[in-house]
Amino acid sequence: MKFQKRTIGLIIYFILLLLPIYWMLNMSLRTNADILSVFSFYPQEPTIDNYLKIFTDKSWYSGYLNSIYYVSMNVVISLLTALPAAYAFSRYSFLGDKHLFFWLLTNRMAPPAVFLLPFFQLYSTFGLIDTHFAVALSHCLFNVPLAVWILEGFMSGIPREIDEMAYIDGYSFPRFFLTIFTPLIRTGIGVTAFFCFMFSWVELLLARTLTTTAAKPIAATMTRTVSASGLDWGLLAAAGILTIVPGALVIYFVRNHLAKGFALGRV
Amino acid sequence: MKKWQDNKAWFMVIPVFLVVAVSAILPLMTVVNYSLQDIFGPDQRVFVGIEWYQEALTDPRLHAALKRQLLFSSLVLLIEIPLGILIALMMPKRGWAASLSLVLVALPLLIPWNVIGTIWIIFMRPDIGLLGAAINGLGIPFDHTAAPFDAWVTVLMMEVWHWTPLVVLLAYAGLQAIPEAYFQAARIDGASTWATFRYIQLPKMRGVLTIAVLLRFMDSFLIYAEPFVLTGGGPGNSTTFLSIYLVKLAVGQFDLGPAAAFSMIYFLIALLFCWLFYQALLKVGTGDKS
Repeated sequence: MKFQKRTIGLIIYFILLLLPIYWMLNMSLRTNADILSVFSFYPQEPTIDNYLKIFTDKSWYSGYLNSIYYVSMNVVISLLTALPAAYAFSRYSFLGDKHLFFWLLTNRMAPPAVFLLPFFQLYSTFGLIDTHFAVALSHCLFNVPLAVWILEGFMSGIPREIDEMAYIDGYSFPRFFLTIFTPLIRTGIGVTAFFCFMFSWVELLLARTLTTTAAKPIAATMTRTVSASGLDWGLLAAAGILTIVPGALVIYFVRNHLAKGFALGRV
Repeated sequence: MKKWQDNKAWFMVIPVFLVVAVSAILPLMTVVNYSLQDIFGPDQRVFVGIEWYQEALTDPRLHAALKRQLLFSSLVLLIEIPLGILIALMMPKRGWAASLSLVLVALPLLIPWNVIGTIWIIFMRPDIGLLGAAINGLGIPFDHTAAPFDAWVTVLMMEVWHWTPLVVLLAYAGLQAIPEAYFQAARIDGASTWATFRYIQLPKMRGVLTIAVLLRFMDSFLIYAEPFVLTGGGPGNSTTFLSIYLVKLAVGQFDLGPAAAFSMIYFLIALLFCWLFYQALLKVGTGDKS
């Protein structure tokens, strides 16, 4: 009886959770004229024209490619820099380690709106405006601290004796780190990559400010449509549905480890 | 675990320090620089000292935005934390159902923030949106673009829909970390569901819940894209939260000096809360180890 009540509660929550997404899916499969004239719970004459337009119009699909490109870059930069730092925080105590950790966390909390204009000026000075690298680097501001935080939790779960044994056996640090330590924490790396992906994928303000055309993210392409006269709801909905797909794919791969990242993370 | 004492560990931290410092310190210095000047053009600047700070601190619109912001963040915490715990308790613990629940719960977190706004525009439209049409169909006039109260309800619903999953994930992670032996002991003692929750699950979740409170407070305090897309801060100024007001000031009116001073105050408020929470977190951390 108790089990059933739980399940029913959960199912109600999931229905509420999925309804707005379902409604967007519904719109994405209808033409604009149909959306505005008939109120319907499901597409009566399903059409994939909206999706076709996105896949064939360069100004649309290049947005997706740009987003995927700079998000991947950001994940790689975040992981490469955060791995050694997380190791340092989990294994060593050194001058100012606690302050440094707190400082990193504060950047996770810095309001992006504060940094918009200076960011633009800084990156123009280096001629980086409208490049994927600029967006990837600026997203490091909030992703690197998060990556250090999660990885440190996973690394602290590995006994230090393993490091000591390896050094006694004559391993050099880089060789130990790459051949022994990294495989041990690969779950942690997966989870970290997921969260970096997620936060970089959903961020809009910085990505939009730092790009004009060549590296413009899909989310910004969508805002352009919003401000244009005469909204094309169907097209907008189709673009929105497509922004969920990459994330849903990534989450499928880390689904069983997802919760762990937070439980281990130190504070 | 006792750590090795070695200052050479700094070499491993340097890459992170550099990457973050480029994005954090240089722009921050630029903001400080702007906040002390009156800027007419690229080469016309006058040093004005703390004038902009005085102006920002006495700006009634800033006070209104701050009050709105604190009310919003408090409501967000009061709704999302209990709701998130409740749902985490209802989730299955293992098997395919657990995986499926996790994937479903995490979906809203993976949607770009302005797309969240777009989804809710579509969802809340009185003519073509499901919920908007449903509420109006019940005979209650509801339009988030015209009535301030309706706009508030809509933004709050959107925020709860969007971010409760993060609390669920965190609470679920905390619950999963409790050894089965605790529950067995509770069953032998004949503990009620409530007692099990109150004396076993809740204390064990303290760590993750504090992180949840911290992240939810900060993110709701900095909320921008979703309400901007949904309501644009309106109707009137009813959903103009701090960051929306800041961007209006900086981009809309090109008032760089006041906007920068405002940014600094905003950042310091956020930092103050961050520090308070961090101290609380440290205490919780030491409490758990004993």
